[in-house]
Amino acid sequence: MRFELTPRPTISPVMRTLAPVAAFVTAFLIAGLVIWLMGRSPIAAFQVYVSQPLSDPWALQELLVKATPLALIAIGLSYCFRANFWNIGAEGQYVMGAILGSWLALKTHGTDAGFWVMPAMLVLGIMGGALYGLIPAFLKTRFGVNEILTSLMLVYVAQLVLDYLVRGPWRDPKGFNFPQSVTFDPAATLPLLGEGSRVHYGTIFALVAVLVTAIVLGRTLFGYRLKLTGDAPRAARFAGFNAKRTTMAVFAISGGLAGLAGISEVSGQIGQLQPSISPGYGFTAITVAFLGRLNPIGILVASLVVALTFIGGESAQILLKLPLDLTQAFQGILLLCVLSADALVSHRIRFVTRGGRK
Amino acid sequence: MFSRSLIGALAGATALALSAGGAAAQQKLKVGFIYVGPVGDYGWSHQHDVGRKAIEKAFGDKVETTYVESVPEADSERAIEQLARTGHGLVFTTSFGFMEPTLKVAKKYPNVKFEHATGFKRAPNVSTYAAKFHEGRYIIGQIAAKMSKSGTIGYVGAFPIPEVVAGINSYFLGAQSVNPNIKIKVVWANSWYDPAKEADAAKALLDQGVDVVAQHTDSPAPLQAAEARGKFGFGQASDMAQFAPKAQLTAIIDNWSDYYVARTKAVLDGTWKSEDTWDGLAQHAVVMAPYKNMPDDVKKMAEETEAAIKSGKLNPFKCPVLKQDGSQVECKGNGALSDEQVLGMNFYVKGIDDKLPQ
Repeated sequence: MRFELTPRPTISPVMRTLAPVAAFVTAFLIAGLVIWLMGRSPIAAFQVYVSQPLSDPWALQELLVKATPLALIAIGLSYCFRANFWNIGAEGQYVMGAILGSWLALKTHGTDAGFWVMPAMLVLGIMGGALYGLIPAFLKTRFGVNEILTSLMLVYVAQLVLDYLVRGPWRDPKGFNFPQSVTFDPAATLPLLGEGSRVHYGTIFALVAVLVTAIVLGRTLFGYRLKLTGDAPRAARFAGFNAKRTTMAVFAISGGLAGLAGISEVSGQIGQLQPSISPGYGFTAITVAFLGRLNPIGILVASLVVALTFIGGESAQILLKLPLDLTQAFQGILLLCVLSADALVSHRIRFVTRGGRK
Repeated sequence: MFSRSLIGALAGATALALSAGGAAAQQKLKVGFIYVGPVGDYGWSHQHDVGRKAIEKAFGDKVETTYVESVPEADSERAIEQLARTGHGLVFTTSFGFMEPTLKVAKKYPNVKFEHATGFKRAPNVSTYAAKFHEGRYIIGQIAAKMSKSGTIGYVGAFPIPEVVAGINSYFLGAQSVNPNIKIKVVWANSWYDPAKEADAAKALLDQGVDVVAQHTDSPAPLQAAEARGKFGFGQASDMAQFAPKAQLTAIIDNWSDYYVARTKAVLDGTWKSEDTWDGLAQHAVVMAPYKNMPDDVKKMAEETEAAIKSGKLNPFKCPVLKQDGSQVECKGNGALSDEQVLGMNFYVKGIDDKLPQ
């Protein structure tokens, strides 16, 4: 006997809506069982993991801080993924955006350059990410090189360029030779939304990106072109859509938003360049994009959920002394449940017994 | 961003929930730790965790300790603030990259005491501490030169930051003191903890004729690589004899326990002050593991050197110190280089036939 997944002829919209909820409940039940087997209280864990962060203004604010780069990058990635282009290199585009934007911050450091610095840094950040994203797009359209490979490999190139800069030409001369740049001037710092808060303007950029994307994908010819290119490339060709231009466009958008996330984090959170400026946002955003089913609102929610698992994981270590491994296991369980639930909504399981085949 | 009344209501509810369980725990001093790696790295973070356990052992019911492990440096501010706002009175942040985030959080929580390892920026409630590991490296340099048959010894470095560069110089000066013709080869792993990369670096050295490998990275991998080839090495941060019983000649053990217990006591007694502490072999901040797998005369030499450094008779950086080009380094200390010169070291000493990456 074996299992087989067969597509359902019709997909129930109710089930489609309920699937994530069911996935969450299942993930929490499995994680609860593990915690119970470890001799801890699953209810306390749930409180620390979910209720507390969601009922504490400080944690809510941290949730936004953490979700901001994830949402920005994932929204960009959704353009690529919808058109069936696999940009795995958002992490590199993030770093390049941060580098190009920070260049201006370091150039104007110590001068009384005015208010124009920050906006110009953001534009440079977007440009840095977009141009870097265009490299795999160009290689794909011109030479047919697989974009998965090139975009991923370019991540390491970007990280090493950053590494070189902060150890060499951009190193803070007063920093005891440690690999980091000077801290940015106030004019080169992304403003915070409110005194004493850690939420910066990047959060607004993310929300704008979500709204604009919802409109572009739902109501414009460009959005339709992406969908058609992804779902039926032959039909897109017959419709006269230029595949090369689509490729270049989605990579530029995706790279640009990753670059914006990069310069926002560096100028809004970290305040200087250092060898590591991302705890893997560019890769986590791929998970976020798929958890959100490539839908802008879905991505917004997914970015908050993933941020919650990070913050809840830290709380669990601090308040319950639960190990980090458990948090990572829980993130895996959650993703698995959501993907399985999606698969079960669109497919059903058939038990195939021997002799019953065909 | 949120409605004010909602925040107020939520904050009230949280305060209520916390005060119910928190009353009894209020008397205890809560001591928190932020680790850059996993507690199971058997190196850097592991040794800090040994120090944490020493606090628990020393003060029993009077303290409660917490740790958050594998905290990415670019995203550490939230984790540090989590500790500060959950009632921790003393927080140790145990990696150089936590410097700016620690200072930011410390500004917001003036009543919480912070201890930042290996940094150079202090504040009224932020102390810094580090240990003179280069003292131990002078001893292992002498041992390496005695044990090497090929006349070429090796070093696996993490990053070319001053602490590591000073370690390489001290190791080499020690080696030169017993064999003026000794040669050294250095390979950079560009990571503090990456067993695969560290092992590759060690193998590259062994392939080039090196027969004693020292390391300034955190996993036992380089030592294990030496063991597998029948060569020698040294443990880093903790006694790693269990991983390489035949290859480990000795190990430079980080002993944070005494310092951690002393600082915790200072907070309990109300005598804590912001300070900069840099202890070495004499204060047992650096401890040598048993000298093994070597002839008796080598062991005797090592023990005598250790005693000389402890008594202050020997300083690894006694003047004159010559740079690679033969020029003499200005002697700013008392017969030796000053602490600042060692802490900011960015040159190789004469005889190292390599270029320092900068």
